[in-house]
Amino acid sequence: MEYFIQQLINGLTLGGLYALIALGYTMVYGVIQLINFAHGEFFAAGGYMGVILLSYFAGLGYMETHPWICLLAAFALAMAYCAFLAMGVEKVAYKPLRFQSRLAALLSALGMSIFLSNGLMLTQGVFDKPYPGELFDGGFEFGMITISYLQIMIVGMTIFLLIALNILVFKTRIGMAMRATAQDKVMSALVSIGSNKIISLTFAIGAGLAAAAGIMVGLYYGSVRYDMGFVPGIKAFAAAVLGGIGNITGAMLGGFIIGMVEIFGAGYISGQYKDVFAFIILIAVLYFKPTGIMGENIDDTRV
Amino acid sequence: MILEFKKIWKTYAIGMLWLLGLLWPLLGIHPDGTLSVGRTLTVWTYILIGTFICLCIYVTNKSGVLSGVTTPMAAVRDKVATMSGALPTWLWLALALIAALLFPVFTARYAQDVAINVLIYICLGLGLNIVIGLAGMLDLGYIAFYGVGAYSYALLNIHYGLSFWVCLPFAAFFACIAGCIIGYPTLRMRGDYLAIVTLGFGEIVRIILNNWMDLTNGPNGILGVKVPGIYIPSFEGGFSFEHLWLKKLYFLYYVALALAIVTIISVYRLNYSRIGRAWESIREDETAAGLMGVNTFKLKLLAYAMGAVFAGLAGAFFSARMRFVSPESFTFLESAMVLCMVVLGGMGSIPGIILGVAALIVLPEVFREFELYRMLAFGAAMTLMMLFRPEGLIPAKRVGTRSEEREG
Repeated sequence: MEYFIQQLINGLTLGGLYALIALGYTMVYGVIQLINFAHGEFFAAGGYMGVILLSYFAGLGYMETHPWICLLAAFALAMAYCAFLAMGVEKVAYKPLRFQSRLAALLSALGMSIFLSNGLMLTQGVFDKPYPGELFDGGFEFGMITISYLQIMIVGMTIFLLIALNILVFKTRIGMAMRATAQDKVMSALVSIGSNKIISLTFAIGAGLAAAAGIMVGLYYGSVRYDMGFVPGIKAFAAAVLGGIGNITGAMLGGFIIGMVEIFGAGYISGQYKDVFAFIILIAVLYFKPTGIMGENIDDTRV
Repeated sequence: MILEFKKIWKTYAIGMLWLLGLLWPLLGIHPDGTLSVGRTLTVWTYILIGTFICLCIYVTNKSGVLSGVTTPMAAVRDKVATMSGALPTWLWLALALIAALLFPVFTARYAQDVAINVLIYICLGLGLNIVIGLAGMLDLGYIAFYGVGAYSYALLNIHYGLSFWVCLPFAAFFACIAGCIIGYPTLRMRGDYLAIVTLGFGEIVRIILNNWMDLTNGPNGILGVKVPGIYIPSFEGGFSFEHLWLKKLYFLYYVALALAIVTIISVYRLNYSRIGRAWESIREDETAAGLMGVNTFKLKLLAYAMGAVFAGLAGAFFSARMRFVSPESFTFLESAMVLCMVVLGGMGSIPGIILGVAALIVLPEVFREFELYRMLAFGAAMTLMMLFRPEGLIPAKRVGTRSEEREG
């Protein structure tokens, strides 16, 4: 029983991270009906920015005196960085191909993804880069169950970001413009919503969330690597598909489900094959119910 | 005209400033709490100069200043094309074949090694071409079939002592089965979904190869795979057959050449057969193809299986040549590299893909000192090809517009 609860907590932590990445996929898919292959790289870039900034603050000595401010600053700056990166990538690799075949856009995104991950490798080195300090050592213990402060921080931050995103998308004018663009680009252009700006903004928001997830993964596992975006990218995509691609609530739910499945699969079935479970879910969902749990009606051309 | 160029330069300036902003945090913030701009500016200046020269050429070419140079060049090119067209195609092919056959005689070990690589990747590229170029399905887990072929030969050889030639059809068969297993559930999807699912499948195969210790010996790989052997007739003391291991590199070169030629001929024949036309119709418009009586599901599965067969053959040869297989050789990056070759050369075009393979294998060998930048350049090349020349270096002859493009 204790083991079960412990795994539940671990699954919740991991699931939140997947949910954050999955949101980027689902939002981008919502507005341009394309999978953003470079999304995993935004996540990795976020992780790297986190390590760069936190190391810098540690080098200045601020980490000892004001750890929380440093952490918040790292989050904010890394998210902003990835947002700008994503906007650049969108302008280079997606915008010129918007009216070309989907295969062309897909391949150019894939090229961008390879380019970015190798760019990270060249600038940051091929080896794991450790996160500095023991900021979140320790945690609460209830008998056999341990909840580290880090896990609480991750879950708290995830929930905060998810709520903030929900408010942005469903309560503000920008969110309304985003939803309008996703539904009908021509109609929304007629009511003077600039679809280029909205698409840029969507990429930026998605990448910002991925960057936050990148920092938290870096803190959670203690280090980052240049190719860390690849496997979580596919898993988060599985989460987005599971929830119904294009659906924001669905992506959150899907992320938590994928995280749980992975942790429980690793805990009860086989740790070596933990990466396989998410892929199997992805394939099964696409085979049996391509619209996902909360998906809308997806017409023939999308699947 | 001038206004248009103004726009180009403005975009370029903004883009370069943007790049500087993105580059500086990666290079200029140091963990010891210091900031610097030196290295960032150096790297940035290199990129600036490089892209500036490219853009200058582009702009001058577009404005027509260079027409004094390009027009005669185009005329010369046309003349060469008509002159080469005067000779029959089979003569050119025969010349190419003779050159390929004589290649090991005049070259050293190193060149032969590179040439074998080129030939293996020609098999892979043409196999992937069936899936992506002819049938129009993006397969990102293609290297898994290569792995299946390689492991089939390695295991059959190690455990049952079967020879390379016996295992070759087995490797193709197992890869084909793997292709069908992967293809069957995924072929209901289109485009991007298919891409990511095949990506997932490729990873699953690699994870299985990595973790199934009893069968594959995990990450340590399988050592001691035998090279192919042949029987040559010997007349000393009566007529008998003598067994010869093809250990010399140039023997292996000929085996690879034979495989590549078989692949080229098969893909060519497939391309211009009923099946090839059906594949192309699926690529152009699946719904319309189905309406015309093309059994889209079966043919897509066939495309998948055929692609896998050639990858399996190439894989068997790969393990015979390296005498060692490990899961390390079958990562996503390999898939991406083969894909890059196909895209660069031109999807659906056989000479294009051969050119693409040769370019992407030989160029990194020439620029050895830039080895680190290889994948970076590949990724950039893929994006740039899609932006500026999506049909590839040598475009395929029969390509239409997809229905969804016209809608946009």
